[in-house]
Amino acid sequence: MNKKLGKQTIRFANGINILSYASIAGQKEGEGPLAKYYDKVLEDAEWGEDTWEKTESKMQKSAVSRAVEKAEIDIKDIEYLFAGDLLNQCISSTFGLRDFGVPFLGVYGACSTMAETLGLASSMIDGGFANTAVAVTSSHFCTAERQYRFPLEYGGQRPPTAQWTVTGSGSMVLTRQGNGPYITHFTAGKIIDAGVADANNMGAAMAPAAADTLATHFRDTEKIPQDYDLILTGDLGKVGKSIAIDLLAEEGFDMSENYNDCGCMVFDIDKQDMHAGGSGCGCGAITLCGYIMDMFRAEKIKNLLFVGTGALLSPTSTMQGESIPCVAHAIAISAKGE
Amino acid sequence: MKYSKQEYLDYVDKKSPDSPIWKNVLIAFLVGGAICTIGQGFSEFYKNVVGLSEENVKTAVPITMVFLGALFTGLDLYNKLAKHAGAGTLVPITGFANAIVSPAMEFKREGWVLGLAAKMFTIAGPVLVYGINSSIIVGLIYYLIQKL
Repeated sequence: MNKKLGKQTIRFANGINILSYASIAGQKEGEGPLAKYYDKVLEDAEWGEDTWEKTESKMQKSAVSRAVEKAEIDIKDIEYLFAGDLLNQCISSTFGLRDFGVPFLGVYGACSTMAETLGLASSMIDGGFANTAVAVTSSHFCTAERQYRFPLEYGGQRPPTAQWTVTGSGSMVLTRQGNGPYITHFTAGKIIDAGVADANNMGAAMAPAAADTLATHFRDTEKIPQDYDLILTGDLGKVGKSIAIDLLAEEGFDMSENYNDCGCMVFDIDKQDMHAGGSGCGCGAITLCGYIMDMFRAEKIKNLLFVGTGALLSPTSTMQGESIPCVAHAIAISAKGE
Repeated sequence: MKYSKQEYLDYVDKKSPDSPIWKNVLIAFLVGGAICTIGQGFSEFYKNVVGLSEENVKTAVPITMVFLGALFTGLDLYNKLAKHAGAGTLVPITGFANAIVSPAMEFKREGWVLGLAAKMFTIAGPVLVYGINSSIIVGLIYYLIQKL
């Protein structure tokens, strides 16, 4: 049986079961509109650690532990951990997960990591190489700022297109069998560089990648946007979301009714003064592993297309004036399987 | 995507909200002006109350303003004002203090030598390099003109 649809989409014939999920959110995210759906909200940026990198590692460790607890299984039952984050050499993942004693596969997809790890973990299970795997990612405002931008106390002014890196970690436990919801499709995206070089306008840089993956997904699966209850991009923010709608309209896909972006949902943009919205691996991860999965449980969402969007820049490439290559991966989740 | 790269950049430009430039300029003017007025206040104080010579006043005022800039950076207040004030907090000498103290605080975790001391000048370093260089060039031109 052919598992591939079109050029870029994998179909998981029986669906990969989402056994459990967990999300750890930062203080500012805890003041946002989705607060009650997180498993834990931190009271400060440190969470008892002396560096923010340690805090982010602890968040990832805790997101995995909680999801495993909620699944009522033992960490030793996990056969593979797929994880990644934004920091150099993915230290939040490797340091956070080092004590688990579970085979680890590190992934770098910038803010598309949640979708990418879910896709890879599902493929591993569907291929028959594992029964249980975990996908996890994280980001932390303070670690991302010091790596990519300025010290926190530096007095700078952000333009209205700038986004705010979400402090949060989300994880999912996937299994071969169960009562759903199920991951049914994985569309791996191409690297798209639309020529945007402004690191303060990542939404505009990433929107063409998101639009390309979405259009490819619809063509590969012969679906239309209206087949989903909700289409959700990871962190395009206000500017990127509106560009994605335009780009897909030109491709003949109407996204005006059932499309939203986690960067526009995770904060109250006006009240919390978030400019163009949230960003970071954690943005899509805590929204998906909190509010969205709870909506599946409440049967308010039955079909979801989640698109993780990543800007593959580095501080070095930005300083050298390079434009920003971007990637987007799509995961279809359904309450019933196919 | 149907756009060429340049067409897309033009389209993005149209789609992206502009910074509220007149509001930013006004707040920068008011806050920057207020900081300079405080500086002038210290200048009058040192001259008339303390009775320092004009030469010493020129040293005492920057010392005071740099101290205040560093203090308010440490108290996590300078960046909060700067978020609204922009160039109003960046241009005065207090902004220079902020540019040195903020990386020093941030990178202390990487140690006193390779963290704090090495990273302290990551923002202000270029200002020093080009500031000192241009003052030398201006000085040379001034010297040559005098000689002519």
